Amino acid sequence: MTSKTKQEWREGCLAPVIKRSPERQDKFETTSGIELDTVYTPEDLVDFRYVRDLGYPGEYPFTRGVQPNMYRGRIWTIRQYAGFGSAEETNQRYRYLLEQGQTGLSVAFDLPTQIGYDSDYPQAKGEVGKVGVAIDSLQDIETLFQGIPLGKVSTSMTINATAPVLLAMYIALGKKQGVDPSKLEGTVQNDILKEYIARGTHIFPPRPSMRLTTDIFAYCAKNIPRWNTISISGYHIREAGSTAAQEIGFTLANGIAYAKAAIDAGLEVDSFAPRLSFFFNSHVNFFEEIAKFRAARRLWAKIMKERFGAKDSRSWMLRFHTQTAGCSLTAQQPYNNIVRTTLQGLAATLGSTQSLHTNSFDEAYAPPSEEAVTVAVRTQQILAHENDIGNVVDPLGGSYYIEYLTNELENKASEYIAKIDNLGGAVVAIEQGYQQREIQDASYSYQREVESGQRAVVGVNKFVSPYPKITGLIRVKPEVEKRQRERLAQLKKERDNSKVSQTLRCLEDVARGKDNTMPAFLECVEAYATLGEICDVLRKIFGTQREFLVF
Amino acid sequence: MAKQGKIRVLIAKPGLDGHDRGAKVVARALRDAGMEVIYSGIRQTPEMIVEAAVQEDVDVVGLSILSGAHLELLPLVTKGLKKKGRGDALVIAGGIIPEDDVPALQQAGVKAVFGPGAPTKDIIDFIKKESAK
Repeated sequence: MTSKTKQEWREGCLAPVIKRSPERQDKFETTSGIELDTVYTPEDLVDFRYVRDLGYPGEYPFTRGVQPNMYRGRIWTIRQYAGFGSAEETNQRYRYLLEQGQTGLSVAFDLPTQIGYDSDYPQAKGEVGKVGVAIDSLQDIETLFQGIPLGKVSTSMTINATAPVLLAMYIALGKKQGVDPSKLEGTVQNDILKEYIARGTHIFPPRPSMRLTTDIFAYCAKNIPRWNTISISGYHIREAGSTAAQEIGFTLANGIAYAKAAIDAGLEVDSFAPRLSFFFNSHVNFFEEIAKFRAARRLWAKIMKERFGAKDSRSWMLRFHTQTAGCSLTAQQPYNNIVRTTLQGLAATLGSTQSLHTNSFDEAYAPPSEEAVTVAVRTQQILAHENDIGNVVDPLGGSYYIEYLTNELENKASEYIAKIDNLGGAVVAIEQGYQQREIQDASYSYQREVESGQRAVVGVNKFVSPYPKITGLIRVKPEVEKRQRERLAQLKKERDNSKVSQTLRCLEDVARGKDNTMPAFLECVEAYATLGEICDVLRKIFGTQREFLVF
Repeated sequence: MAKQGKIRVLIAKPGLDGHDRGAKVVARALRDAGMEVIYSGIRQTPEMIVEAAVQEDVDVVGLSILSGAHLELLPLVTKGLKKKGRGDALVIAGGIIPEDDVPALQQAGVKAVFGPGAPTKDIIDFIKKESAK
């Protein structure tokens, strides 16, 4: 018998089987709570219109990818987030990664650098060089990129509250190397809203922070046209425990807030929107993740075109970096992490990411060792060069299941955006703790699912067995902090301190007024004013912001 | 410190890191297990944590840290508690802490370290067992 409809099949073919032997679970669901049917068919895509919903790659609404031929032209950028200890050590790691075939740099800064403190600040004790490289002044940036020509590499910097200062240092170093700012390529994360929501390295209150963000938009549009002025990040929202739908809903809502702030600051949408970029997580639910990337692209294209009236097709494109899910790594049976990362990397590339970071297997313990990071880079090279992932664009496009999930995720994300719109936009919603509360609830349910065994984590709550201890973990030695402080003291003695005071005063005037702050930051860093000194000026004027605590 | 009534717990985030998922999940699980829980929020200095523990008269201090600064910061909390006459408080820790560092932390007075993947039930059971002593 051949069923003509899903209903017929369900009753005639499926039901008797289930009656004989029940299924593994009462219901099957994605992380976003999308309940899954047994199979997907054209009946699940009744309103599906190819050109409207998918279109061709490189064309609106970009569901299939932002470039017409995607990885057939160039493989995604292999970009490993790296940084630890001193600028010298990190410089060695960068050169090693480039030798291994990595194609872009990604700088991890330590926490004092991210929060605007110098290495000699009392509360920086114990934190210098730990989660990233310590940067106090332009001098450290010079060391960090020693022997790396900025005109030939693209650099992504995970820096938010202090993004303008680090960007200014990068521009200043480019100038010293004789590279015109217009030739610089890279990204500053510069996404303060998700810091309040999920990551916690904010310094100032939201409104002055948004001004610094849009100052970067305006400055780069004029001076560094190939720079990605922001990387609007769902990654950390997801790491904090959100679902896939929340990840894209909250992230695009933040994107809307930035676009609106820039327009309110007098910028024309097509002058900045082509340089907005995004950053997503690739988590454990393989198919939902692939659909998530596709849904995000389609939704953003609609938002830019319909809500903001952008005319330039580049403004409609959601370009994004992906990192595999750090929170999915287990300390138990750590080599399993290589497999997890491979699947997550595969999902990202099937979702047409522009660049990818694959986590190293030892990262539930420490920053990656050289051995572990090599495996992570090789994982991407195996995906790209052995498995030919990139020979056809969006290979899963047209799968009934993937298209169904893409639609569902777009709908769910749109609901979150509507909710945030109703609250008055992302900033107001954050101040009320809306996103934070939603994420906390989701992360708590996730934890309960793991502990009840409803959600399997291999090696943790299922298939538990003894495992060998991994060796060769990276340890950042306390001497790094000591050396960094000594170097800072030396710099403060040797530089032209009257010039420093003068540039800091100038920054203070600009920050109090309405002019673009970027030129003033550039003058400060070129005079070797330190990051802490610069941020102290801003703290005085803007004030500081505690977390919008929700518990 | 066998005592009557609800166990009072301070969950705190020493240092500069903003990763608060674990701290909040543990705080909520302890609350659901019937304990009274105060959550400090992020970026707390050891002094602030000691102060809060004394003020709130807690029985347990849970420290969550993922920044790698545990060897520097956690002993300052235990030392501070002792100095303020609260050396009796049960101090436990969680986060990204390599196994090799656990003995040094225990030496400094941290009673247990719960790493990635530790079920909240283990933490609850540990606190209850220690509190009954």
